[in-house]
Amino acid sequence: MSEIVIRVENVSKRYKLGYVGANTFMEDIKVAWDSVLGKKNRYEPEAESNDRTKKGSSNYIWAIKDISFDVQHGEVIGIIGKNGAGKSTLLKILSKITSPTPGTVKYKGRIGSLLEVGTGFHGELTGRENIFLNGAVLGMSKAEIKSKFDEIVDFAGVERYVDTPVKRYSSGMTVRLGFAVAAHLEPEILIIDEVLAVGDAEFQRKAIGKMQSISKNDGRTVLFVSHNMPTVKALCSKVIFLKNGEVNRIGNTNEVVEYYLTGEDYQREEEGDTSQLIRTAGNQNAIKKVWMEDEHGNPVSKVLMGKPCKLFFQFDCKEEIISPGFGFGIENSEAERIFSMNNYTLNSGKIAKAKSGIAVCEIPEMILMPGTYYLSLALVQSQTEWIDFVERAYSFTVVENDVFKTGKVWNKSQGIIYQHGSVELIK
Amino acid sequence: MPDQNEWTEVISPKTSLLDLKLAELWKYRDLIVIFARRDIISTYKQTILGPLWFFIQPIITSILFTVVFTNIAHMGTDGVNPFLFYLCSNICWAYFSSSLNSNSNIFVSNAGIFGKVYFPRLAAPIATTISNFVKLIIQLLVFLAVYIYDYYKFYPSIQPNLNLLWVPYLLFLMTFLGLGLGIIISSLTTKYRDFNILIGFGVSLLMYVSAVIYPVSSLSEKYKYYISFNPIASIMETFRFAFLGTGSYDFFHLIYATVFTFIVFFSGLIMFNRIERTFMDTV
Repeated sequence: MSEIVIRVENVSKRYKLGYVGANTFMEDIKVAWDSVLGKKNRYEPEAESNDRTKKGSSNYIWAIKDISFDVQHGEVIGIIGKNGAGKSTLLKILSKITSPTPGTVKYKGRIGSLLEVGTGFHGELTGRENIFLNGAVLGMSKAEIKSKFDEIVDFAGVERYVDTPVKRYSSGMTVRLGFAVAAHLEPEILIIDEVLAVGDAEFQRKAIGKMQSISKNDGRTVLFVSHNMPTVKALCSKVIFLKNGEVNRIGNTNEVVEYYLTGEDYQREEEGDTSQLIRTAGNQNAIKKVWMEDEHGNPVSKVLMGKPCKLFFQFDCKEEIISPGFGFGIENSEAERIFSMNNYTLNSGKIAKAKSGIAVCEIPEMILMPGTYYLSLALVQSQTEWIDFVERAYSFTVVENDVFKTGKVWNKSQGIIYQHGSVELIK
Repeated sequence: MPDQNEWTEVISPKTSLLDLKLAELWKYRDLIVIFARRDIISTYKQTILGPLWFFIQPIITSILFTVVFTNIAHMGTDGVNPFLFYLCSNICWAYFSSSLNSNSNIFVSNAGIFGKVYFPRLAAPIATTISNFVKLIIQLLVFLAVYIYDYYKFYPSIQPNLNLLWVPYLLFLMTFLGLGLGIIISSLTTKYRDFNILIGFGVSLLMYVSAVIYPVSSLSEKYKYYISFNPIASIMETFRFAFLGTGSYDFFHLIYATVFTFIVFFSGLIMFNRIERTFMDTV
């Protein structure tokens, strides 16, 4: 059995909702007075579990509650969960930015945390000065930074700008420089919040590659928060799934990710209410609902590669529309349109008119690579007039699948879609 | 199986009040130096005169004070060349007030960094104090130049004396008083910003009750009594006494200032230490 390097024991964190002002000051005084008199704190809050969607009766919530787990040396732990599940709070406690309300965290070795790229960058200082500043903030010594300076500049690819103030940098360059410094940090334990979700595709690949080499080759312990399931699957050996501030499931990466993606947590978001979303065009919010069904007619929010699926939207117009057009557009997580489908281009038969109803888009084979995609919906009258246009009204996940039964794994670097066909040696 | 009790560190809700983690602070000494350097360098980036501004600032202020307080208001300066008097006071006061001002803002102005990465929080006020001290040393050079010139020109109105040996001690007191008061206020401002507003105009008001623009000897007995409660006034007065040989100098007042400084500094440290672990939740 290998050595335990982090032990988290019953860690909870309580936060107060609402704002701070004269009322809270009076509370503070009363609490202090009570403690002078030796009474029990009358404001000792009865915190509630953190479900951001429901209204609660207490002003205090547990951002995380009773979290316990051990991390062994060399493990790469992924922390997943919906927004507000407590992932960042947990990382903040682990990286000593804030202390737990009750509970303890014990660890061995140096912890380096990377919750943001380029922390402490000062716009007026040059790239060179900022490398030293940022490195020191992250816990490197001056000598350490000096010895890695050339490597950092090289990794960031900003050699030409190294003596220019950082405020003149493009935002991408700033991010590159920040990540380059952080990537050369060498603590025994590395804590990373979703900082990879920045920069261009080339840089993201570089960043993920670096992360892989950090964890696999250097044998360092990494805790990694992400919403990006393919990255989690590629990097992590173990996953913690947080839900409403509590550990819902912990264990083998594939099992937990699968559970997270298919769990009831996800089901709830299957049917999208679009009536309140911001419109790109149109003013009557005619498109009301959107959902997706698998080949058996079950509502889903994920689909396996290569499988058929159907997309639906329900609409309700104020007046009858003539020669209606129903459009479905698929975009990837970088908001690039991959393809769109509508009845004007796909069907020869015209639809005369409609006032309300359900439009369906049938996809015979999901040819997209694994990942998260967005669905944009459009309702048009007489080819040209916008009735309603909702961009990114719904999101769904395409799940990796061995489409051609070859045992090979797909990933985004192979492209956006896959293609049937064959590759042979002919000579 | 290795011994599981040898943890590097245990993070828990409560720590002892005086656990300052000085060993850890020492490990981050490079950061302190870099922070201090950043403070100094970034002040005059993208300027033509650059570091010369550190010289110009006290000179212009002192000229203005001379015009307003001596030529217009006819206030006395104990027979010392008014420009030298005000330069001496200004440099001394600027050091204290900038130390107080910048330290009182330490949590709020660093919230961005503090919220994203851990380092011993004390590194920030220490770095601020060092950068202010470096600025003071630069400005003291200006003062010494004027001082030596005046010494020959107005001899014997200026009498440097053995009391000059007090100067390092006075700087020491001012450093810790400014730092102490600053971190007390910064600890208080993390949750309630009221003190932040107060300090904005409070520091400039404090100047008027700290014997910066007038010598204590110009006050009536009643006000002399009141001002003796202000340790900064005693420090200012002794500072001028050491260089210029005029004004009053009271050993008892210095002891008072010393005790005051230590109480302020240590309560500041305790408050800072208490607040630094949770301030991100309330800032």
